[in-house]
Amino acid sequence: MAPHRGAGAPALTAGLGLKAEHYGEALACRADGLWFEVHAENYMVDGGPRLAWLEAIRGEHALSLHGVSLSVAGAEPPDRSALDRLAALVRRFEPALVSEHLAWSRLGGSYLPDLLPFPRSDEALATVCANVARVQEAIGRPIAIENPSHYLTLDGHDWSEIDFLDEIARRTGCSLLLDINNVFVSARNLGTVAEDYLDAFPAARVSEVHLAGHRPDPRVGEALLIDSHDAPVAAEVWTLFERFTRRAGARPTLIERDAELPAFAELLGERDAAHARLVGDVALAA
Amino acid sequence: MGDARTPAASLQSFQRDFAAALFGSDDARAGCAAASQAGFDVYRNTIMVACVDALAASFPSVFQLVGEAWFRDAAALFVRGRPPTEGGMASYGEGFAEFLADFEPARELPYLPGVARLDRLWSEAHLAADGPVVGATALAALAPSALAVAVLVPHPSARWASFADLPVVTIWRRHREGLPLDGELPWVGESVLLARPAGEVRWQAMEPSGVAFLAACASGRSFADAVDAAEQAAPGCVDELGTWLPALLAAGAFTRIEGDSP
Repeated sequence: MAPHRGAGAPALTAGLGLKAEHYGEALACRADGLWFEVHAENYMVDGGPRLAWLEAIRGEHALSLHGVSLSVAGAEPPDRSALDRLAALVRRFEPALVSEHLAWSRLGGSYLPDLLPFPRSDEALATVCANVARVQEAIGRPIAIENPSHYLTLDGHDWSEIDFLDEIARRTGCSLLLDINNVFVSARNLGTVAEDYLDAFPAARVSEVHLAGHRPDPRVGEALLIDSHDAPVAAEVWTLFERFTRRAGARPTLIERDAELPAFAELLGERDAAHARLVGDVALAA
Repeated sequence: MGDARTPAASLQSFQRDFAAALFGSDDARAGCAAASQAGFDVYRNTIMVACVDALAASFPSVFQLVGEAWFRDAAALFVRGRPPTEGGMASYGEGFAEFLADFEPARELPYLPGVARLDRLWSEAHLAADGPVVGATALAALAPSALAVAVLVPHPSARWASFADLPVVTIWRRHREGLPLDGELPWVGESVLLARPAGEVRWQAMEPSGVAFLAACASGRSFADAVDAAEQAAPGCVDELGTWLPALLAAGAFTRIEGDSP
């Protein structure tokens, strides 16, 4: 899949999560293949400076809208007003990519700001597929669904996560967003093998890759890793990224950083490292 | 109904038990098998930190006045009673000022709910829809008879507040403008207008007449009626109209004039 590749426009290689602290530098940056991703919810507002900034940056760069609150694994359908606002953002900003997580975060009118787990039952599969279809119907285009980080061993799974994601994609036409840090964190927390997961992941369905930093739980330590997005991408995650890219080829790849924000130049350096790996692999494959 | 659960009920019951255990008592945790695992606290902590951080970002003046530890304790109590209802966390915090007004440990800071209200109004102004601004020339172009029946519509970002007896606006402005918080305070009531005619939110002190005028405009009353309302709130103010009305217009308080043409 070659998202947002207009005539003569360069392909998207590695992107950065866009933070308000970096608006000015992001606008001016001309790195090869660069794109930006935002949490869609931060722009579900009526007006004001943040939409004005996003419009300016969209004028220079390709954009990805990454949802964190649509709760596609929720027993309740996604919030109607959030769908309307997402559709308005998609119309206005014409993003190259739109994505959400395989998780739930809404119940009974409350929003629980995290990506919560659930048993991957046949019933849950039907629910997620119906919700993904609602999102895609609302915005008029396919989305990508991301594998979440896991911290719990749950009973009641009828499906492996990979088969579950593959089946959602098959039934709804969505693509998959492979978060390789989540693969590493989940494997460590659940006692599984990250390489096995990565090698079995349906690469042809992957439209985007995420890379991020993690840290040990302050109380439990290294046995419980937290997908904290507050540190550079770990060496093991880079190695997994290279492994996947060798097998699957280059995909638009995001460096996610949401806390302990360093200078823009430092984040751009991490992005450049991902870009070099993607371009290198493309060259080898050619 | 027996045990014949529909499939949808079992995902829902899992999620209900899970959500109850996230915020709840030991009993609620006992109702969720996963809650005994160490990883469950990752979700509890992430959710609470996300909510409290969102409140800290939206109420920076309150945060500065009470300090981080006090703020986080109070915010955590608020979150338990009023969790977010939508994914856009920038708009979370409606009702925080009222919560602080009823919060016993905040009793000795009588201005704190008012400061929270102004932080909230700043957020509302910041996130409000964009819109054109009525300038003084547009108003001057109207014949007096047309002006009298015209309705000035407040700008989508315009917010205003009055505080009887407490220098809430001065305290809030000292924070927002980076001035020392410990200087001499004028212990009198104050009013303020916040608006975002373009770019960032701006604010300025207002007289009670301006507040009454704006409120009357917002309720759809004509220019002449709004001036009457201002005069009732602050007798004599009609003589100063040439001062306070241009100030409101310059602040970007209005977005359009309705009923100014046949």
